[in-house]
Amino acid sequence: MTEQERRVKAEQRERFDFAVIANWLQPGEHVLDLGCGDGRLLRYLDETRDVTGYGVEIDPESVLACIRNGVDVIQMNIESGLLGFEDHSFDRAIISQALQTMHTTERILTEMLRVAAEAVVSFPNFAYRSNRAAIAAGHMPVSEDLPYDWFDTPNVRFFTIVDFEDLCGRLGIQIRERLAFDEAGREVADDPNLNGSLAFYRLGRKS
Amino acid sequence: MSPENSVGLVTPQCVRFDTPLTLKSGAVLPGFELAYETYGTLNASHSNAVLVCHALAGSHHVAGFYGDDPENIGWWDNLVGPGKPLDTNRFFVIGVNNLGGCYGSTGPLSIRPETGKRYGADFPLVTVEDWVAAQARLADHLGIETWAAVLGGSLGGMQALEWSLQFPDRIRHAMVIASAPKLSAQNIAFNEVARQAIISDPDFHGGYYAEHGVLPTRGLRLARMVGHITYLSDSQMAEKFGRQLRHGEHKFSYDVDFEIESYLRYQGNKFAAFFDANTYLMMTKALDYFDPAYAYAGHLPSALARAKARFFVASFSTDWRFAPSRSREIVFALLDNRLRVVYAEIDCDAGHDSFLLDDQHYHALLRAYLGNIAI
Repeated sequence: MTEQERRVKAEQRERFDFAVIANWLQPGEHVLDLGCGDGRLLRYLDETRDVTGYGVEIDPESVLACIRNGVDVIQMNIESGLLGFEDHSFDRAIISQALQTMHTTERILTEMLRVAAEAVVSFPNFAYRSNRAAIAAGHMPVSEDLPYDWFDTPNVRFFTIVDFEDLCGRLGIQIRERLAFDEAGREVADDPNLNGSLAFYRLGRKS
Repeated sequence: MSPENSVGLVTPQCVRFDTPLTLKSGAVLPGFELAYETYGTLNASHSNAVLVCHALAGSHHVAGFYGDDPENIGWWDNLVGPGKPLDTNRFFVIGVNNLGGCYGSTGPLSIRPETGKRYGADFPLVTVEDWVAAQARLADHLGIETWAAVLGGSLGGMQALEWSLQFPDRIRHAMVIASAPKLSAQNIAFNEVARQAIISDPDFHGGYYAEHGVLPTRGLRLARMVGHITYLSDSQMAEKFGRQLRHGEHKFSYDVDFEIESYLRYQGNKFAAFFDANTYLMMTKALDYFDPAYAYAGHLPSALARAKARFFVASFSTDWRFAPSRSREIVFALLDNRLRVVYAEIDCDAGHDSFLLDDQHYHALLRAYLGNIAI
């Protein structure tokens, strides 16, 4: 694959991820995007769902990219929580493929559902078939959704669909909807922990 | 600096306003003058005007240099010019000396019409709110209905914030840098030390030093030395001066031993040679009084509810005078009102003074934000 093909493919994939999230949003929602990177998701959601809201990002270059993209970004470290954000101040808190890069998983999930009525979480499933095969063959997996070598990955938490759902249970978080997709972007119904490369969740507080 | 990115030769201007201005204190100024400079060109729709507000010791001389004094380069020249982050090819930029200042605007050094003598200590205390009200008169004079942006660092950032509150419909973007929504007790304490240094100088004469033909130079010098300590970070001071000795050995005297002492004395002397003591007192008091939340039982989000501007807020990691947490207070109060804001916390070693430096990332952020402002 050439660099150009790779980029086009990555962009298609990204658009697909964005569309999954956008489908869960009502028009005009007020959202918080944690680990928002260069702000492309927020921009997409603004264009397609007319959302308002803010991105949160720690990386200086990403903050600069957000500003260039006209996205409202707050530079802060969310590992210690969302201090300063008021309870129930957003319709939705989103963390798109960034939860695995943060240490304080429990606190972040709890905080998302403190500041927002509903949370959207997406992450790469470590138990996906090809990842299991890589481990069985003696190697850390490198895949479409885990595209980093073990020595330069930004990911610090490696977990599976089953693990994540266990944690939600322990934290009293209600799973309202789950979608899983394989590497080709096909929705997976059968055994998502084995067949799903990327997982999307709609989460709420148990009432 | 290459000449092609300087605004070049500039000439200060002055405008007089004869409609009385009622100040926040209740005092009335029958009329006043403001010294200002402009860079770039006001476009046909008057939509590209940017006001740069100065901090404690700044002036209207923001960029460029003077014909009779080419060494006198504007205090934010690294930011303002053709092709610079605040691009004068695109924006019409205005610098103004605040009311009560000592660089040409009406202030304690001005002649009081009623008496024919200098105001001195009789010049009323002016506040950030009063500055903004006076700046609005200048905007009217220049035909500027709405600022594309008002920006400033430190006390200048407070003016940008105040613009968004006092004239919500006349400012599209407020850029509040290295600032705070109000001073802390520690901030006020430093200001009070500076004021006491001036007031207790035997040459101060209750503020009427001009009539005695003297200047409270020693007090002003001390005030500036205290101020300078708060502008720098501990790490930067350590790096710049450490415990370096002026004479290579301990002198066992109260003369300058350490380089930091020499630096502070130099800064103090330089400042005391040209700045007016009454203006300095007044500026520190304006800082102390600034507190938009005061009228809202201390609740900043309520105070900011009337703002309509979009905000750019930035702080510096080593600024302990107005630490990043102070900027975050502003940011979260804006969030509570669902106002649009970007907030950057810039890693920079130079403490409070960082906002005046041309740190690459800092300037890239300013360039990106300003570049997206529609004109």
